Amino acid sequence: MSDWTRRTAAELADALADGSTTSVELTRAHLDRISAVDGPIHAFLHVDAEGALAQAEASDARRAAGTPASALDGVPIAVKDVLATKGLPTTCGSRILEGWVPPYDATVVARLREAGLPILGKTNMDEFAMGSSTEHSAYGPTRNPWDHDRIPGGSGGGSAAAVASFEAPLAIGTDTGGSIRQPGAVTGTVGVKPTYGAVSRYGLVALANSLDQAGPVTRTVLDAALLQQVIGGHDPLDSTSTTEVLADPVEAARLGATGDLTGLRVGVVAELGGEGYQAGVRQRFDEGVELLRGAGAEVVEVSCPSFVHALAAYYLILPAEASSNLARFDAMRYGIRVMPEQDSPSAEDVMRATRDAGFGDEVKRRIILGTYALSSGYYDAYYGQAQKVRTLISRDFAAAFEQVDVLVSPTAPTTAFRLGEKLDDPVAMYLNDLATIPANLAGVPGISVPAGLAPEDGLPVGFQVLAPALADDRCYRVGAALEALLQQQWGGPQTPPE
Amino acid sequence: MAQISADEVRHLADLARIDLSDAELEHLAPQLSVILDSVASISEVASDDVPPTSHPLPLTNVFREDVVTPSLTPEEALSGAPDAQEQRFAVPRILGDEQ
Repeated sequence: MSDWTRRTAAELADALADGSTTSVELTRAHLDRISAVDGPIHAFLHVDAEGALAQAEASDARRAAGTPASALDGVPIAVKDVLATKGLPTTCGSRILEGWVPPYDATVVARLREAGLPILGKTNMDEFAMGSSTEHSAYGPTRNPWDHDRIPGGSGGGSAAAVASFEAPLAIGTDTGGSIRQPGAVTGTVGVKPTYGAVSRYGLVALANSLDQAGPVTRTVLDAALLQQVIGGHDPLDSTSTTEVLADPVEAARLGATGDLTGLRVGVVAELGGEGYQAGVRQRFDEGVELLRGAGAEVVEVSCPSFVHALAAYYLILPAEASSNLARFDAMRYGIRVMPEQDSPSAEDVMRATRDAGFGDEVKRRIILGTYALSSGYYDAYYGQAQKVRTLISRDFAAAFEQVDVLVSPTAPTTAFRLGEKLDDPVAMYLNDLATIPANLAGVPGISVPAGLAPEDGLPVGFQVLAPALADDRCYRVGAALEALLQQQWGGPQTPPE
Repeated sequence: MAQISADEVRHLADLARIDLSDAELEHLAPQLSVILDSVASISEVASDDVPPTSHPLPLTNVFREDVVTPSLTPEEALSGAPDAQEQRFAVPRILGDEQ
């Protein structure tokens, strides 16, 4: 079997352990795959062949010496361009950071390096993670491997497309309102947003600090669990990272893969999945629910009435936080500097000119919206109210998790839409995040697992599982059970046409 | 219908230090009105007795011992700057002519 790119990360780790391949061979296979297919897909903004192969050689040397650094030592990975990588360009999909090479690693990246995973490169994204289609990247869109005329989701469309098209077995994404899970849904891959604080945010360029969370992007639930073990855990450099030790996700995924969910209580969220959801999405979701019932789960409908206000709350809280975060791009300390056409411009003149030239439309929209929501006279009516709604959403989750162990819904209301379809209609674009946003507002974990193809368009549908904060293991268990039961039906994973 | 005029957008962009062109203003103002309209319902959702949530975690300050730890060198810290001189960020003038 020579095509290593088709294997899961767990299979690659086994092959490395039993000596049937080397990290150099695997890394080269994925770099070759990137060269062959990434032209039209454009999942990567920067490929680091030299660095990845050097890391692979070091990994092979460790293994030859009998001292592998981790279970995934030698398995290559792609990293979303929102995480700082020492010596590797980091642009966040924005012109304003064009050419910036960070002098330090994000903690997630440092942990990947310590665990021995060669970094193939940086993946494309909506500018500063603002978007649901990766069309807002200043460097051009990423295309969906299932249909090149369609979007790969966003903001982490590059990571999802890289994994879906076998350019990388693993990738890192970040999820502020669904940017890991929604791309996972529309590309037929697995995406996990861990509990807020379960993965360090140090070196993750902030969009909205109270919502951002890095997590795994993979093709199987077990691979996501293996990756979570590498990147998770307390970090003294992030004061919001939790000191709680989470239950072992790998054990949970293996338990789930037995397909037995006897005694587990599953709540179908009444407010997520009705009006506005595509028929084929709803159908595959309902079939998934029946599979869980067949596996022994007790399924009930649960109402979370405040969820209908989550989108509005999110699109006030996020711009508010983003508008203050993005103030750091001031043309003084990093990034580009654009000099206005005037004599002796002041620092402020330079900032204004640079921020106009360096930010794209969506970023400007959200900075202005956030500035509005935070300005006196509007603060109470908008930002203050949104924070109260956040409380109501957390209360809905708390009440629901008294009745059930996990909540389920479709991950995204539709399958992948066409490029350009919603580009200049911000509100239509925002609706993609309807089902994913509540988890970010409350800080709870969620996973999206492939649920099959919608009958009307043959495109992937995602099934979302949400669990209480710190109970990420339940997402892995239920996700792995659904994956195992579906793959029994399909006779293996569903993959995009070559 | 929440309305936001081109003049208001100009003022907000000014506060956010973004030099928008007239064409951008004409393009963004109606879009911002539509977005604001779609989130306006928020003002009637929660009653006065609901406390606000700013963060998903109950946060407290985190302290560490006041000891020197390795950090970036001045060269590393300045490596991404558009302009630097004598181990400092070099910036355009920050005061107006009359000051």
